[in-house]
Amino acid sequence: MSELRVAGLSYSVVDRLILKGVDLEVRQGEILAVMGMSGSGKTTLLRCIAGLIKPSQGSITVDGEDIVPMTETQLNRVRLRIGLVFQYAALFDSLTVRENVGFGPLQHRTKTPAAVAELVTSLLADVGMPGTEGMLPAELSGGMRKRVGLARALANEPGLLLYDEPTSGLDPVIARTIDDLIVETRDQRGVTSVVVSHDIPSIFRIADRVAMIDQGVIVETGTPTELRRSSDSRVRAFVDA
Amino acid sequence: MASNDAGGEGAAARRAPEGPGWLVVAATFVGETSILAGQAAWLAMRGKFSLRETIRQMAAMGVDSIPIIMLTCAATGSVLAFYVADVLVRFGGAGFVGGMIALSFLLELGPVLAGVMVAARSGAAVAAEIGSMVVTEQIDALRMMSVPPVRYLVAPRVLACILMMPICGLFADMAGIFGGLVMASTHGVTQSAFMESIRTMATHADLMKGLAKTLWFGLTIAVVACHQGLNTQRGATGVGAATTRSVVLCVVFIFVSDFFLAQVLSGASASMR
Repeated sequence: MSELRVAGLSYSVVDRLILKGVDLEVRQGEILAVMGMSGSGKTTLLRCIAGLIKPSQGSITVDGEDIVPMTETQLNRVRLRIGLVFQYAALFDSLTVRENVGFGPLQHRTKTPAAVAELVTSLLADVGMPGTEGMLPAELSGGMRKRVGLARALANEPGLLLYDEPTSGLDPVIARTIDDLIVETRDQRGVTSVVVSHDIPSIFRIADRVAMIDQGVIVETGTPTELRRSSDSRVRAFVDA
Repeated sequence: MASNDAGGEGAAARRAPEGPGWLVVAATFVGETSILAGQAAWLAMRGKFSLRETIRQMAAMGVDSIPIIMLTCAATGSVLAFYVADVLVRFGGAGFVGGMIALSFLLELGPVLAGVMVAARSGAAVAAEIGSMVVTEQIDALRMMSVPPVRYLVAPRVLACILMMPICGLFADMAGIFGGLVMASTHGVTQSAFMESIRTMATHADLMKGLAKTLWFGLTIAVVACHQGLNTQRGATGVGAATTRSVVLCVVFIFVSDFFLAQVLSGASASMR
């Protein structure tokens, strides 16, 4: 279980400010959803938290360690505790589902190959994908890929899981399955989760708290009920749309 | 390198050069490729690379390129013999045909043609593969799993290309000389005269000079292709552009560096004499 704190986070590209002093706190074992329109800075915020891009200002503290000034080598140590489920899963094309899910532990030699094989089988069963070990990513549907992506992210036993648009492009039934998986993952493993999405039904179904981001600024944070009752016009426009 | 790019820093880099923009781009390119080569060499020296992936790349970049290299070189050797034999036989120099063709291949055509073919075939494949991995976030996935892309992707490819290029060069030499032999025999140069001419004119040092060039070409092809792949931007169009740039840059660098290598290696062998 991890704790995440983002303070005064800004990110700019050339002369365009994408994130403008973002403050966020995610408590241990909590699911925080960051919602906002396309281009509002959600994914950029997630990539900053993952250490994939360097913010221009501010701090990102994971379990008390500020990752912003860290080098790539130092970040590699912290990233072992962070998992990211990519929007399009980002599975390795040339590897089978088994190799994709077991990739992290095998690369880091944290487990024996036999233990990794056992872990892969168990993780695939947990995400509802048993028996798919030998398949290639190209043979999987969008929803299946996302589930394998989640299994891969879980293989390193992260304390913090980041989800980038987990239900985008999925039909409502599969989207519901993914939502259930996110909640189950938190309940069973106690993982702290940050979900970036603009899928309102999904957000209100899974989130303990919701942060609304608009043009790089967090305009409101609260429980789903509080957000539903918000008087902020930007939140209202998004929730009522 | 743009592997940590969200489309942002790369855009900044594209806009930044003003005034002598080409100089900034060239200096950035030289700096980045040197760092990439250094990192790959450091990882290789410490044994921090996947042996399995290296062997796979040796097969893909080297062994699979050998047939097309041999075909190209055999054809070039035949054409060369066609012109050379025609002239030399007419002027009573049939005894020089084999040696001239052998020297041309050992010193120049073998290494350069092998390099160009590997750049066109394997360098393009490497740039396209890594470029696709960038645009589909697979490189970011590697980084999220704390696996440095240089360790997992670049080091095995650089090592494989350096190890396989001399072998490709050797096959290029053999195919070129064989093609020359076949064509020369149709112009009245006997097989024994052809071989005797090679024994008289070519030395082991000539072979070694050519193979030394291939080591440099192997390093250039792998580093440039990986660099272009890692710097891919803007989706599928970007992958195509990175692949094209990789092939063009590799071929240009092979020809330009070949000029300097020829001077250096000739100087080195002259000083040894």
